[in-house]
Amino acid sequence: MTTEPILTVKKLSVVFPDSNGGLHALDDISFEASPRDFICFLGPSGSGKTTLLRILASLLKPTAGEIGFLHNQKPQIGMVFQQSNLMPWRSVMDNIKLPLELDGVDEVNARGKTQEMIDLVGLNGFEDSWPRDLSGGMAQRVAIARALIHDPDLLLLDEPFASLDAMTRERMWMELSRIWHARQKTVIMVTHSINESLFLADRVLVLTQRPGQIKLDLKVDLPRPRNDDIRYTPHFGKLARKLREAIE
Amino acid sequence: MNNNLLRTFHPSTAKRNRTWLRLLSLGLGLACWQVTSVFSGMEVFILPPPLAVWSRLVVAVQDGSLFRDIGVTLSEVVLGLIVGVTFATVLGYSVAKSRALEQVLSPYLVASQAIPIVAIAPLLVLWFGYGMFSKVLICALIVFFPVLINTIVGIRAVPQAFYDLMDSLRATRRQILLKVEIPAALPIFLGGLRIGATLSVIGAVVGELVGSKYGLGNLINRARVGYDMPMVYVAVFMLIFLALGLYGIVARVEKKLLRWQEQK
Repeated sequence: MTTEPILTVKKLSVVFPDSNGGLHALDDISFEASPRDFICFLGPSGSGKTTLLRILASLLKPTAGEIGFLHNQKPQIGMVFQQSNLMPWRSVMDNIKLPLELDGVDEVNARGKTQEMIDLVGLNGFEDSWPRDLSGGMAQRVAIARALIHDPDLLLLDEPFASLDAMTRERMWMELSRIWHARQKTVIMVTHSINESLFLADRVLVLTQRPGQIKLDLKVDLPRPRNDDIRYTPHFGKLARKLREAIE
Repeated sequence: MNNNLLRTFHPSTAKRNRTWLRLLSLGLGLACWQVTSVFSGMEVFILPPPLAVWSRLVVAVQDGSLFRDIGVTLSEVVLGLIVGVTFATVLGYSVAKSRALEQVLSPYLVASQAIPIVAIAPLLVLWFGYGMFSKVLICALIVFFPVLINTIVGIRAVPQAFYDLMDSLRATRRQILLKVEIPAALPIFLGGLRIGATLSVIGAVVGELVGSKYGLGNLINRARVGYDMPMVYVAVFMLIFLALGLYGIVARVEKKLLRWQEQK
């Protein structure tokens, strides 16, 4: 039995108008995402990765092509940006709660749900902290919690760990893996890290330099749950080499 | 009180020391003034000693005349603030959101700032009478500009990333205004309000000096004509307290609303 795709992208392309005929950011992008898929877009900077996510989030309109959603309904979206993008005037609790407030969930209910989410991302004891007092990793965890709190159909991650140091980043992979497993979301993530994409994703789509085109669609058949050791297996190495070759 | 006991000893003593220093400085200043006016041989109506000012204050408080003038000036200042801030905030937000509107309005806004309020105060009093209305108008005009500019700057400084976040969550215009724009612009806006509050006192006095029935500015004129110099000083000090009080209220509101900004 095949599940219906939650997201279908067909022949998408984007041209930003500029003085010499337009900047071609994305070209002929087509792919599908099934429910609970974890898809990574891997590409060098300037391959239009962020542009693609902004289109999926309806922050930007494509120049050509179509995007179809399951039941023709725009999905609820949770988005995590490169910077944690927390509101400095809101406590950790209130930052995570924001999407529920926007949906009009009553305060008692919202606080209860937020507390659950705080437990899930391991931020107990920091409910009332201000964002300025958080480390980069903690701030990004708050951002992930905020993106998940309203139970979105689609989670969009825009290089969420790019601003973190290497150690924290690897710890966050484990965290994200665990959270994704607990919440069973469809995730589309963009990154320029081969290790990150292999560690997290079911499928890695490699984008070329501008204009971004899909060069390789690699199925990541590494067993789950994945832990640190998996990165030192021969199979991981083989997949990493494939991706590396596709990028170059 | 209990809280103070729980705190470490050091910060509270430091704070107490600062308070003492401030009182000491004030006391020294007053003493210098007293000594100068007594020993310089200046006439009392040129430089009355602080004690004479104090006893004049006590008399004015006892016969109640002072409160009427304070009440009038305070009402003008507060009403002017409310009117000025309301118009400045609404217009500032619209200008911040629309470059076209900014192009249309900016010549007028800049020109309005080029006219010193002191120069048009006589005209306004002539047009709108000796009552409170003309003073409220002057206060509103003088408050308008700093609040307008700070509203524009504050709204324009809201990071695009917050708009992206709100759009990805499909927030409404109203939700964006309430949950992003207002809190994000608040620090800069309150800075404008703080300037506006003290300017409003100046506006009221200028208006009252030009022509009025009551108010502290009017009291200065009356006392001066009657060679009651201690009373002039009483009025001036009342104005200082008024401005300080308003400034203090805004600063306190700021501190409460901007807790998230406080440095440790």
